[in-house]
Amino acid sequence: MTLRPDLALIAQWIEPGSRVLDLGCGDGTLLDVLQRERGVRGYGVEIDDAALLACVQRGVNVIQANIEKGLSMFGEGRFDVVVLSMAIQATHQTERVLREMSTVGRQAIVSFPNFGHWYHAWSILRGRMPVSGEMPFQWYDTPNLHLATPRDFEDLLAKLELRVLERSLLAGGRRVSLLAPLRATKAIYRFARLDRPGSGVLR
Amino acid sequence: MAPEGSLPGESSTRGSLPEGSAPTATVGRVKAVRQRFAAALQLASGERIADYTLVYETYGTLNAARSNAVLVCHALNASHHVAGLDASGDPGWWDNMVGPGKPVDTRRFFVLGVNNLGSCFGSTGPMSNNPATNRPWGPDFPVLTVEDWVHAQARLADALGISRFAAVMGGSLGAMQALAWGLLYPQRLAHCVCIASAPKLSAQNIAFNEVARRAIITDPDFHGGRFYDHGVVPRRGLQVARMIGHITYLSDDVMGERFGRLLRGRSEEEAYRYTFDIEFEIESYLRHQGEKFSGYFDANTYLLITRALDYFDPARAFGGDLVKAMASAQCAFLVVSFTTDWRFSPERSREIVQALLACGQPVSYAEIDAPHGHDAFLLEHPQYHRLLRAYFERVAAGCNA
Repeated sequence: MTLRPDLALIAQWIEPGSRVLDLGCGDGTLLDVLQRERGVRGYGVEIDDAALLACVQRGVNVIQANIEKGLSMFGEGRFDVVVLSMAIQATHQTERVLREMSTVGRQAIVSFPNFGHWYHAWSILRGRMPVSGEMPFQWYDTPNLHLATPRDFEDLLAKLELRVLERSLLAGGRRVSLLAPLRATKAIYRFARLDRPGSGVLR
Repeated sequence: MAPEGSLPGESSTRGSLPEGSAPTATVGRVKAVRQRFAAALQLASGERIADYTLVYETYGTLNAARSNAVLVCHALNASHHVAGLDASGDPGWWDNMVGPGKPVDTRRFFVLGVNNLGSCFGSTGPMSNNPATNRPWGPDFPVLTVEDWVHAQARLADALGISRFAAVMGGSLGAMQALAWGLLYPQRLAHCVCIASAPKLSAQNIAFNEVARRAIITDPDFHGGRFYDHGVVPRRGLQVARMIGHITYLSDDVMGERFGRLLRGRSEEEAYRYTFDIEFEIESYLRHQGEKFSGYFDANTYLLITRALDYFDPARAFGGDLVKAMASAQCAFLVVSFTTDWRFSPERSREIVQALLACGQPVSYAEIDAPHGHDAFLLEHPQYHRLLRAYFERVAAGCNA
């Protein structure tokens, strides 16, 4: 099974045998691959009925819940990694979600569409809200509420006393480095609470 | 301890329906089987009961490896008749869930439904003869717990040569039995399916049970539980008990939608009659339910079963710590709740899930958006049934069913 490039990258960041909580896990593809290929144990969290069903069908343990109502049912520090892929921009309580992720897990991984991509600026210069592959919505029907650039996101992590352990900026499924904040379509961060023991860079 | 009647699998429908047949098919005619147990069963109360009988039904065929058995535990007023049509042509209480092509597919699984000890559908209970006195047990029948039922079911499984169930499942009180299986016999089940349940009753739940019991016990026809000797049945008490119970099974929305303020047999605009006779449809409905129930259910059994509900609290032996209680389980869990169930609300199911998560047990949890309240677990809801079907695919894959 081939994973979406950002999920493949996230999968590489997860140590074999880890306990993983995948928030907004969709059809459970990431956990399925992690379970089979990296001996990971974990649960998906999903609010959508169809996605939940897909998880059960592929044998991924899944909990139906709204992550914005809090993650207290998942305890504190019980997971090695808590993942939220391509969904943080649609959360209402973005700060709370990030804080709780880093409480439930020793580390957290978040990916999001980079609003700082040059094309978005170009769209706005032409008088249009940007509509792109990562954000294929019109201004009136987008689920996205909290869009950010990598620098914005890093500022928020700093404010929440969360330390970046690793960052990857992707364009066309590949890591970019030259002018990355302008060229990347997706950003992926691994971070942890400053006060978490062992929150240092692992690799 | 050979079964007195037919052998397990006799009511099988093997080969009777082709793969992919209509999901509305049933297992057809089924015959209940009686199994006698001579050896005494030690009960939680300290009492022992010897020489008792359990009535059960089976659907499907036990495979050669004896690995495809599914135990369905019943709730308050149900019985061993889970699926198919009984002698009087009545369908089983979970016929939409269990059968050929149904979520629990009897073409793959060997499904077992057991009437619990103390019930009134053929298994030994208060109506049965007490060998010590040669009279009906009545109020002398020992008070039972969910765990007692599970031990009795385990003995039946032994008799049927089932050392391990592919799954144990139930709704409401049935789910409590499934949960207790996971904790009492961790090696004897691969999956526990726990629907519309709670890890213990709340004060409000116990309160409703107590009102129901008082209604029965204070009925002059109850005669301290010896009404059999007087040739009467405490019908009024049973009716009120059932009416109260029934209210808790339905959601406010469903009741409102179905009955609202409809007047019985008259249009809504007509003048009230200013009496205490039936005025509203809902009154008529509840009375009908009560009357129907009091015609077939034993009053002493109602007391016993509601008490078993009250006593259920697996965390109690662990200082109230449900996480510690759940830690002994070795099966995978599916927990399901319904959004409008206020008897055992989603919060109560989440308590179970949270405890399972805390000890790292494999668990999936679904909250089904259904309008029907607690009763939803018995009804056919697309997402609910799709979910169960998908989960039982996984159960089947795990036991080569």
